[in-house]
Amino acid sequence: MTDRNARAKSLFEKVWDAHTVRELPSGQTQLLIGTHLIHEVTSPQAFAMLRELNVPVRFPDRTFATVDHIIPTDDQSRPFSDELAEAMMSELERNCRDHGITFFSPQSGTQGIVHVIGPELGLTQPGMTIACGDSHTATHGAFGAIAFGIGTSQVRDLLVSQSMAIAPLKVRRINVTGKLPPGVYAKDVILAIIRKLGVNGGVGYAYEYGGEVFDRMSMEERMTVCNMSIEGGARCGYVNPDQTTVDYLRGRRFVPDDENFAAKAEGWLELASDDGCHYDDVVTIDASMIEPSVTWGIHPGHNLGVSEAIPTPNTVPDDERVGVEEALEYMDFVAGASIAGTPIDVAFIGSCTNGRISDLREAAKVAKTGHVKDGVRALVVPGSRAVQKQAEDEGLPEIFRAAGFDWREPGCSMCLAMNPDKLKGREVCASSSNRNFKGRQGSPSGRTLLMSPAMVAAAAIAGEVTDVRNVG
Amino acid sequence: MSNDKLTKIDSVKGTGCVVRGDDIDTDRIIPARFMKEITFDTMGEHAFEDARLQAKGQHPLDDERFAGAGILIVGQNFGCGSSREHAPQSLMRFGFNGFIGGSFAEIFFGNCTALGLPCVTLADEDLIKLMDSVELDPTQEITIDVAGNKVRCRAGDLEAGIPTGTRQQLLEGAWDATQVLLDAGDQIEKTAAALPY
Repeated sequence: MTDRNARAKSLFEKVWDAHTVRELPSGQTQLLIGTHLIHEVTSPQAFAMLRELNVPVRFPDRTFATVDHIIPTDDQSRPFSDELAEAMMSELERNCRDHGITFFSPQSGTQGIVHVIGPELGLTQPGMTIACGDSHTATHGAFGAIAFGIGTSQVRDLLVSQSMAIAPLKVRRINVTGKLPPGVYAKDVILAIIRKLGVNGGVGYAYEYGGEVFDRMSMEERMTVCNMSIEGGARCGYVNPDQTTVDYLRGRRFVPDDENFAAKAEGWLELASDDGCHYDDVVTIDASMIEPSVTWGIHPGHNLGVSEAIPTPNTVPDDERVGVEEALEYMDFVAGASIAGTPIDVAFIGSCTNGRISDLREAAKVAKTGHVKDGVRALVVPGSRAVQKQAEDEGLPEIFRAAGFDWREPGCSMCLAMNPDKLKGREVCASSSNRNFKGRQGSPSGRTLLMSPAMVAAAAIAGEVTDVRNVG
Repeated sequence: MSNDKLTKIDSVKGTGCVVRGDDIDTDRIIPARFMKEITFDTMGEHAFEDARLQAKGQHPLDDERFAGAGILIVGQNFGCGSSREHAPQSLMRFGFNGFIGGSFAEIFFGNCTALGLPCVTLADEDLIKLMDSVELDPTQEITIDVAGNKVRCRAGDLEAGIPTGTRQQLLEGAWDATQVLLDAGDQIEKTAAALPY
C-alpha cells in the first residue's frame, strides 16, 4: 500500500520538483538540467553566443559531446571529404577543448549517436533531467529520466545557466496491456500509439508509458518507444524505472558496480510513480491488436498494419482529408491499395530509434533467410562504436554482407541525410528511422516508409513491403 | 548583458502570407542539408526551399502578392518534428516577425519565443476567415496584438490564443530567457548540489 500520509506523485512530478530552481514571474519554472548533451549541428551557434557574452560554460562537468549527424559512415578519416562537415567537426572539437567539455570522439572508441551513447555509457540514469539540441532526446526517458529536445537558444541558456525556462506539463499515462504477438516490435508499439493519439495529440503532455508490455520490454525496446514521443507531439516520454533498468545500468562506465550501487539503485526504484498518483489523462491500448506497422504517408501518424489498405480520402475524418490527399499525391500511392507489395529501392537499418544491438540482431535473423533483391541498396549503420564492436563480436557484419547489405561506420546516416547517405530522386526507402517527412532522407522528392528493423530487412530481401511474420 | 537590450513586444504588424496545410514540419521549413553551417546566416536563403522548387514558383513564399510579408499564417501543428532552431531562424531571416496559426508544435513555439517571434493561435473558423481575407486582399495590414490578445485585420478583431507566461515574457521584454535564468544566481548551484548525481 502507498503511504497515504504522503501525497502520491508521478515520477514526472518527483523529478520536476527536485530540479526546480525557482518559479519565474512568467509562471514558467526555471528547471535545472542535470545532464546536457551536445552535438555538432545545434551547438556551434550557441557557443558563438557565449563568446559574444564573454561567459564560461557554467557546469562543464555536466556537459557531454559527441558527433553524429554529419559524420560519414563510409570513410571517417580526417579531414572529412565534405568541407562543411569538417568545419562543423573542427568547431565542436574547439568548443569542447576551450570549455573543458568531455567529447566522446571517434578516436575514443565511444562515439555514436547521442541517444545511443548516453544510455550505453550509463550517463543516462533514472531521476535525471536531460536536455539536448535534438528532438529525439526523449529517448533517455526509457530510464525514468525527464529528457527534452531543445533549440539552439536554449542550448546557450543551458551552457550559461544549466537551466531552462519551461511551463509545467500534464502527464498522460499510456498503458499497453497484454502481450505483443510474434513479429511485433517496440517500433510497432510507438507507431500504434501515434496512430491512435495523433501527431499533435501529445502537445502539452509528458507521456508515461506502462503496462504489461512495457514491464516485459528490454531497455533498448523502451528507448525505441520513448525516442518517438516527439512524433506524437509530446515534449517528453518516460518509463518508470524497475529491476530491468537497474540491471542494465549496473557496471556501465558512469555507473560503477561498487559499494554505493545498491543504495543508488534503491533510490532509482523509489522514483517510480506512486500508486494512485494523479494523471491528467489515461489511455489504454490492447497489445494483441497491434500488427507489424508501416507508414504510407508523410508523417509518422500516417501508418497502418501491414495487412491493411492505404486509406482513401473519403473514409477519413474531415480534418484529415486534405492531409491524406497531399500524402497520397506525394507518395504516388493508390488509395485503397494494400501497403504490402509496395516496391522499395533502398533499405536503411539504423538511427537513434533502431540502431542498437538488439535491433541489429533481429534484422540479422531475417537477413539470414535470403539475399537483398537485385536493384535494392541496403545499408546497416550501427548506432555507436560500442554497438559496432558488439555486432562484430557476434559475427553480424558477416551475416549482413553475405545477404547483400552494406555494413557501415556509426552515425545518424540516412535518417536525415546530413552526410553522404541520401536517397536519390523519387526512391522509396524502407527505413527503421523515425521520420517520413517529405524530403527527410536527403532527396527533396524521396519517399520513406517507416517500419521495424526486422520489417526493413524483410523488405530488402523481398524488394517490396512484406509481412515479417511470414519470413523464415 | 542586461534586460535593456531586449525589446518589449506588445504587437507585431505587417502584411500576411498564407501557407495552407497542417503538420508542416521543420524539415520542410529548412531541409537538413542546409544546416551544415556553423552560423544561422544563410538560413533565410533556404526557407521552404524544396517545397518552393516543387511548386515551380507557385509557393506562397514566391507569390508576388505576398512579397514583403511580415506575418506568416499557417494551419495546425506548424513546426512539428525536429527541434532545429534553424527553422524559425530561417523564417525570421526571410522576413517574418510573427506567426498566426491553428496550433504550433511545442519546441518550434519555444524557439520562436526565444527569438522574440510571437506565435498566436486562432479558432478554426477565425483562421479560415483570416486566410481567405488575406488571400483576397494581401495588401491589408495585420496586427498581432500581444497585449490585447487579438489579431486585428480586415476580417475583424479576432480572439488570439497565447499562453499567459509567453505573453508576459514578450510584453516585459523577457523573451530571451538568458538574463532571467542568470538572475537565479547561486540558487542554481544550490539546486545542483542537492541532486543525488
